[in-house]
Amino acid sequence: MNDAAAVWGALVASAIVTYLPRALGVALAGRIDPNGLLFRWTACVAYALLSGLVVRMIVLPIGPLQATDLAARLIATATGLAAFALARGSLLWGAATGTLALVLLTALRFPAG
Amino acid sequence: MADRGETRRGAAWRSAVREALGMPALVLFASYIGFGSLVSESGFGLLEGLVSTATSWALPGQVALVEMSAVGASVVAITLAVALTNARLMPMSVTLVPLLKRHRAPAWQTYALAHVIAVTSWANGLRRLPQIAEEDRMAWFFGYAGTLWLVTMLATAVGFFAAGLLPAPVTLGLVFLNPLYFLLLFAQDLRQRAKVLALAFGAVAGPLMHLVLPGYGLLVTGLAAGTAAFAVDLLLERRR
Repeated sequence: MNDAAAVWGALVASAIVTYLPRALGVALAGRIDPNGLLFRWTACVAYALLSGLVVRMIVLPIGPLQATDLAARLIATATGLAAFALARGSLLWGAATGTLALVLLTALRFPAG
Repeated sequence: MADRGETRRGAAWRSAVREALGMPALVLFASYIGFGSLVSESGFGLLEGLVSTATSWALPGQVALVEMSAVGASVVAITLAVALTNARLMPMSVTLVPLLKRHRAPAWQTYALAHVIAVTSWANGLRRLPQIAEEDRMAWFFGYAGTLWLVTMLATAVGFFAAGLLPAPVTLGLVFLNPLYFLLLFAQDLRQRAKVLALAFGAVAGPLMHLVLPGYGLLVTGLAAGTAAFAVDLLLERRR
């Protein structure tokens, strides 16, 4: 299988497994307990998976972020979290400040950028 | 009267569009700009990015798809990981749909609207739908989530082109938005012990498993760290 076929296969399969739980929710609404043990387990799995992905993307990036320094990514993350806390939980302020921190720290290494 | 009903439904729809175009649209626009940049910088095309946003409309799975494709994970591993991140959409749909259902509405309308149940539309739907007349709720939700859907499509394209045009550090900043945005979402939601445990276990296991099993690391992290968090939470609950 070539790369393009694999990417499109993953896209179609992802679309299906993303719509499926939504449709199942419609079909089963009122008949199952959304706070049951099974759902508590799936929530834990989803959180652990995403947390693992996010920390891996910051600590061990595989794509374009490899061009940035680990220290820059960690400082930018801390700056974003600090701005988020200071702005009383504003996603926008946290994201904007953390992103700006990474841009500035990285720009110091890209004089031509 | 049919006329009055339609006018009122139109008003609900317009109100929903206005509500969506505030902070919710701004936050989603920023996060999907990050996704568009990630798509472009990971070597995928604009079409792939737009198809992903249009058909999935759930950012965590979309980012997992791009990141796992980039490490060469198999289609099976990617599909399982995306399915695990998105299984949470089912309980979300179960709690939102009873607010949405209208007696004489054909079932397909509810199934169509289910496609636009995602974190933002769900949370605001739960809050706003009870305040809206039952007859107008579908119109409201369609207006609200449909507007956000269009915003994310636009943002995916903007992020994709911005990544090529802007200076390298800015492009990298946009890609960095992806992990940062999720980290902040986590920070917003630390009230449940089970979630905190899952975040902590996943944070440790994620990088380690990636080193041991690049293609399946994410899947193993989710299943092992998630199940461990679930078990510890249950144990602590029973002990009290």
